[in-house]
Parts: sequence; structure tokens; C-alpha cells
Amino acid sequence: MAIILDHVNYIYGADTGTPVHALKDVCLSIPDGQFIGIIGHTGSGKSTLMQHLNGLVKASSGAIYYDGENIYDKGYNLKKLRTKVGLVFQYPEHQLFEETVIKDVAFGPKNLKLDKKECELRAYDALKKVGFPDELIYASPFDLSGGQKRRVAIAGVLAMNPQVLILDEPTAGLDPQGQKEILNLIKKLRDESGLTILLVSHSMEDVAEYVDRIVVMNKGEVFLDNTPKEVFKHYKELEEIGLAAPQVTYIMHELAAKGYDVDVNATTIAEAADSIAAMLRQ
Amino acid sequence: MEIVRTKDVVYEYIRRDDEGEVTGVVTAVDHVSLEVEQGDFVAILGHNGSGKSTLAKHFNAILVPEEGTVWVDGIDTAQDERVWKVRQTAGMVFQNPDNQIIGQVVEEDVGFGPENMGVPTEEIWKRVNESLKAVGMYEYRKHSPNKLSGGQKQRVSIAGVLAMRPKCIVLDEPTAMLDPNGRKEVLAAVKELNKSEKVSVILITHYMEEVVDADKVFVMDAGKVVMSGTPREIFSQVERLKELRLDVPQATLLAYELKKKGIRLKDGILTQEELIEAVEKYGNNS
Amino acid sequence: MFRDITLGQFYQTDSVIHRLDPRVKLLGTVLFFVSLFCFNNPVGYAVAMLFLAMVIIISNVPFTYMIKGLRSIIFILLITVVVNLFAVTGEPVVSFWKLTVTKEGIIQAVYMIFKLSMLIIGSSIVTLTTTPNNLTDGLEKGLGFLKIFKVPVHEVAMMMSIALRFIPILLEETDKIMKAQLARGADFESGNIFKRVKAYVPILVPLFVSAFRRANDLAMAMEARCYRGGASRTKMKPLKYAGRDVIAYVILFVYTAGSIVAGRLPAFSIDSLFAMVKSIIER
Repeated sequence: MAIILDHVNYIYGADTGTPVHALKDVCLSIPDGQFIGIIGHTGSGKSTLMQHLNGLVKASSGAIYYDGENIYDKGYNLKKLRTKVGLVFQYPEHQLFEETVIKDVAFGPKNLKLDKKECELRAYDALKKVGFPDELIYASPFDLSGGQKRRVAIAGVLAMNPQVLILDEPTAGLDPQGQKEILNLIKKLRDESGLTILLVSHSMEDVAEYVDRIVVMNKGEVFLDNTPKEVFKHYKELEEIGLAAPQVTYIMHELAAKGYDVDVNATTIAEAADSIAAMLRQ
Repeated sequence: MEIVRTKDVVYEYIRRDDEGEVTGVVTAVDHVSLEVEQGDFVAILGHNGSGKSTLAKHFNAILVPEEGTVWVDGIDTAQDERVWKVRQTAGMVFQNPDNQIIGQVVEEDVGFGPENMGVPTEEIWKRVNESLKAVGMYEYRKHSPNKLSGGQKQRVSIAGVLAMRPKCIVLDEPTAMLDPNGRKEVLAAVKELNKSEKVSVILITHYMEEVVDADKVFVMDAGKVVMSGTPREIFSQVERLKELRLDVPQATLLAYELKKKGIRLKDGILTQEELIEAVEKYGNNS
Repeated sequence: MFRDITLGQFYQTDSVIHRLDPRVKLLGTVLFFVSLFCFNNPVGYAVAMLFLAMVIIISNVPFTYMIKGLRSIIFILLITVVVNLFAVTGEPVVSFWKLTVTKEGIIQAVYMIFKLSMLIIGSSIVTLTTTPNNLTDGLEKGLGFLKIFKVPVHEVAMMMSIALRFIPILLEETDKIMKAQLARGADFESGNIFKRVKAYVPILVPLFVSAFRRANDLAMAMEARCYRGGASRTKMKPLKYAGRDVIAYVILFVYTAGSIVAGRLPAFSIDSLFAMVKSIIER
């Protein structure tokens, strides 16, 4: 078990007289190597939750265990935790600052006080992992296209050699192809490097094809926590909290309601096409 | 009559290195000719870097073509002295909701455009109230924009443009930074304006679901218009769109996958309802 | 961590103070400042405090909210107190090591605390009760006569209003960038001062880049909405004096005159007060 959240609560703004209960009694366990999608609309607490996992925000009550150790214990090395749990913020390219791509990616390793050679090696490795072209590693990060900037920013976190990678809406603002490329890249990182991945997203369609498990957040609480198929069975409840299942789910349910023998649990286009084709061929 | 017309428009960016030496020329817009009819809802699709935003800035005289001509409501945008008329005729909404709101109170922001145009005070108030009502933000008129959601901020921006009484609104990826609910809000507001106020809409986007209801779609790649037609015509070419780094609506994609499996539904399916209907029809015929 | 700053922020509510003409409020602030510097006796301060308290109550802005603005200057307050305590010469009260606290020093220090706190609260009332647009309108019109001297009053006013609008956005952004760099192992707390300053480069560079990007976007958005300087602009909320503004001017005038007189009256000076207390005790 890599990360366990035990009854985590987070309340802020208590001193202004209007406290906001951003996280309510959140309990989760995140095993090694799992690919988890965290879904919820703006203000559901999903981003706050992510910032708890590497200790950037401290819970008001409850505990978080990383590899069996409570990260709120006295003397726990939060800096080390941050190398193990990498966090890629929304629009991460806005945090680039160095003159060259490679220097920017090496910022993390440099903070770990590794020697210069090791820093560059790690940075180069990370850039390779995100599929960044060799000829641009000495370019200024500010001259790159949006998609490439984002890769550099993700590499900047990968260079810390994390075991868990958290990404807050990594596809925001990219065009459809760019979104797919980033999602495929994340999947590759999981498959090849065995990283545990937490992907924060608004979009059910995005995560449905990639993740093993979906955690739906609503008003600071864990609303649903299950495999995509199980979660999408609750598509009516999802709608009530302002979310929606993938369009495929609706199509399949509608067809089933009209008496067609199709698999209502299909969540991806490919599954749906198989099921409809099989039904029509009968 | 057309509200916007472009003929052979070319716009180039000159790239310079640190020393200011020219390292290359990027042709962002490459001989684009198109027409937008008054009252139409037109979408311009394209991946990031396809030149669609650069083109959009020409409709509002923020950029002036290096070659070719852009006419907005019959006015050549290259005429310096008529630039304000052009900007008032074709209002523009930008991508980032935070970076285009000037006022610190919603109603003051909406009044900014009319103030600049020299509209009399009473008339400004009338326009501000009407515009805010048109986008459903009237109850928020006294609020600070900082406390609004992304979708609400964009609707305020649309109201700000509307208060200038434009004939046409150009929206440059207005939903790219919003969540799905915000996206829906903004799009509903835009469609409503097009329908009830008869304002022409030019929507620049890369979200395919947003253009399903458009009257006409232009697809851009490498600065050129490479496809144009009704959404149905455009989306029936799934392969071609994928080559252009674009996507198609889920229902269309499902129909396409079925076709690959040898199940031919009718062409140009765009929505869930159409797909279900087509499946039913197929089931009855076989 | 930057959410506590209230200085320069509008507080949304309704009150007579909110509805006053910004020119009245601006002149009022100036007069209030002047009056504070005229005082050198407790009665003067009492008058000023009473006046301020009255305005705060009428303004409907919670006092606790205003006080938060003081938090950011607490350090400056402390320094002033310490400097005054030890640097003012006069009748010694306590002395230790090489430092002597004088009676005059204590009095000065107490005065300074009142003076600075009232200065800050007084000026925050204007920004708390006036929308930035309104405030800059007031400045623009109130200082309009400076245009004769080729001072770009409108441009300065517009710049101020934009700056105020973007303060919260940029603060939030700073917070986010800081967290993002922390997540990459950045350390803003250890090391000597030189190292710490250097540690802020990864925050400042992205912040500047973002500020420029925003400025660029905003300029384009303003141009798209036909902004071309102040010349032919009309106003959505033109400044017109109402009855309440006249009353406010009268009150201000009375207050200023009264405070100048009260502040100068020798009968109320601190020494005579001490003498009075003494005589009461002796009796």
C-alpha cells in the first residue's frame, strides 16, 4: 500500500468567520502501480486533495500514510515525500523559468543536491520519457509550442524520480490530438516505469479509456470510488452532481431501453461498437 | 449580405533570435478567402498553431493583413480612420477569462465598451442591463469578477461586447480554459444570442461538440482553410479530420467504428439521437 | 497565504459612505491625514478617533475586517515604537544597559501607534467603500486641473484601476507558482539571505512572464473594446454631487476646523493633563 488517507478533513478560512469545509472525511487507499482518475467539477475538492498527498497543504484533521509512515509525524521529511510523490499542477508550463529546457528540467534534481552530471542525466532521461526531441533541449522553454512546454513541465517533475505521479488536468487547453498524446504518454509512463498515477480531470471520456479506477469527488467528499464500469452505472447520480458519464453510456442505455440487446456497461467507443455490431449481426 | 469577407489574406510572423536577427518567417495565415453571412453561426476549427486565432484577430482589426483584404460589414479593415467602427461592428471575446475583464464590478466592466465609444450615460445603463440579461448575468451585476466561475466570467465578457451593439461577435477559443459545465453555459449563451438577437457568430474552437449546430464550418491547417461546409459534410470525413489533429463527436466516431466493422449507417451522424435512430433503422431493414 | 491582505480591496455592501462621491472621500482622507499631523495632545487624538469610529460604523464594513489590514504593517508599527521609545530624549523613566526610555519617548510611541493605525485604517476606508473604477474616476476628476500641466491624469487613473484589479489575480498566481516549485523540491526557507533571495528566482521569472502575458492580453482586449484613451469617453457613472455630499463636506470642514483648534489648545496639552491628574491625586 503506497498511500492511505485516513479520515482527512480540510477546513480553511476559519478566522474570517466563514470557514470552508474543502475536504470532508476522505478515506482512500492508493496501491502501488494503480492508474486512478479523480473526477469532479470545479470546487469539488479534487485539486485540494491532490495537494495534500505531497504535503503542500496540511489536513485539519486525519492522517495520511505514505509507505506506512504518517506524513504528519514530527520529524517526517516532507521534502523527501515531495520527491516520491510528484505533483504536476494545472497549466504546468506557467512555472517554467530557466534559460534552457534541460536546465529547467534539472531544477528538481538540483534541489536534491545531486552533482551536476547526475542532474543533467536525470533531466535528459526525463525528457526522453516524455518524448521530447533532442534538438530542442538547449532551446528556451518560452519558445516552444504549448504541447511541448507541457511535456517539459511534466519532465521537470519526472526528473525527481517519483514513484507516484499526480497530474492536475494535464490536458487543459490542448487541442484534441495534443490531449490524446499527453494521455498516451501518461499511460506509457505507467506501463513502462510502473508509476502510480493519479489523473485529475473534468472529463469522463478522457479517463474512461485509460484508468483502472475512478474516484468521483463532490463537495469535498468521495462520492463514488470504483472501476469505470461500476462508476458509470451510476450515470443518473453523476448527472445530479453536475457530471456526466461518457456519451457512449447514454447511447447504450437508450438502445437497451428500446429493447436492443446491447452491453450497457460498455464505456469506450470500441466496446460500444463491438456490442452494437454483434447485436445488429444477429 | 456578408458581414465578414476576406480575400487572399496573408499574415506572417517574423521570428528573431536573441540578437534580433531574423531566423525565419512563419506564415500564420496563408491566402485565406472566406465569407460569413449576416446572422450566421460560423465555426472555425483547427489544432493549436493552425492559424485560426491569428485569422480571428483580423476580423476585429487587431491585426491587419499583410497581403489581401478583410472587409467587415463592407469596411476595409486596413483603413486606419475606420478601425473603431470595425471594432464596434465585430466585437471580440478572448480565451482567458481573467485577462479581458477590466472593471472590478461586473456592470462597470460591461459598460467599458460603450464608455469608450462615447455613448451617453443613460444609454450605457440601458445597454449594460440589457446585455447582462441577454447572457443571464443580470443578478451578478454588482459582483466582483474575481468571485465568478470561469463560465460566468466569459458570459460577462460576452455581455461587454454585446453592449457595444455589434453585428457580429468573434469568439477566440472562449471555452478552452473552462470546465464542461462552464463550456455548456457559454455555448448556450452564444447560441441564444445568435438566435434571438440575430448577431452573427464566428466561433473559433477545437471542441467538436460545439460546432455541431453551426451553419458553416471552416477547418484550418498550416494557415490555410483546408475544409469548409456544413458540420455534417465536415464530420463525415473522420479520417481527414484525424489527420488534421482534430476529433469528431463521440456519436460520429461510434458510427465510423461501426462502418469499419461493415455496418453502414447513414453518413454524417452528429448526435446521439441520430445514431440511435440510424441503428434502429438498420435493425429494421436487416 | 496572501489572502489576508485587505488593503486596496473593495468591500461589497451598501452604506452612505459607499454612496458618497469619491472626491469627498479622497478630500476627506487628505484632511484626516492633515488633522492627524496637527495634533500633539490627547484630546485631538480622541476627536480623531471618535470621527474615525463614526465613519467606520456608518460604513457597514466590519471592524475586524479592517483590522486585518493592520496585520501587514505590524512590523513597521513595532519598529516605530522601538525607535521612539529609545531615541527620544527627555525625562528618563527606566534605563538599562546603554538604553534609556524617556517619558517623552513613551508618549511619542503611543502617539505614533495611534497615528499610524488611524492613517492605515483611514486610508483603507476609502478603498474598502469605493470601487476602484469609482476611485479612479474621483482621482481623475478631482485632479483634472493637473492636465493643464500636461500630467496624464486619465492614463495614471486607468493604470491604477487595472493594477488594483490584477492584484488578487497575481497574488493567487504567486501562491500557485510557489507551490509548484516546492513540489519540485525548491527551498525558500534555509540558507543565508543571499541564497534565499536567489531561491525566489524560480518564482519571480514565471510571475513576470505571466504578468506580461496578462498585460498583453488585456491591452488587446481593451483595444478590441474601442479603448483609445480618455479623450472622447463618456461615463457610465458620471460623478455628480448629491445632497449627502454637501453635508459630508460641511461635516469635514467642521471636523478639520475643530480638530485644528483642539489640537492646538495648550489647555489640553499632555503636561497640563499630567498636572491635572497630579492635583487630583494630591487632593
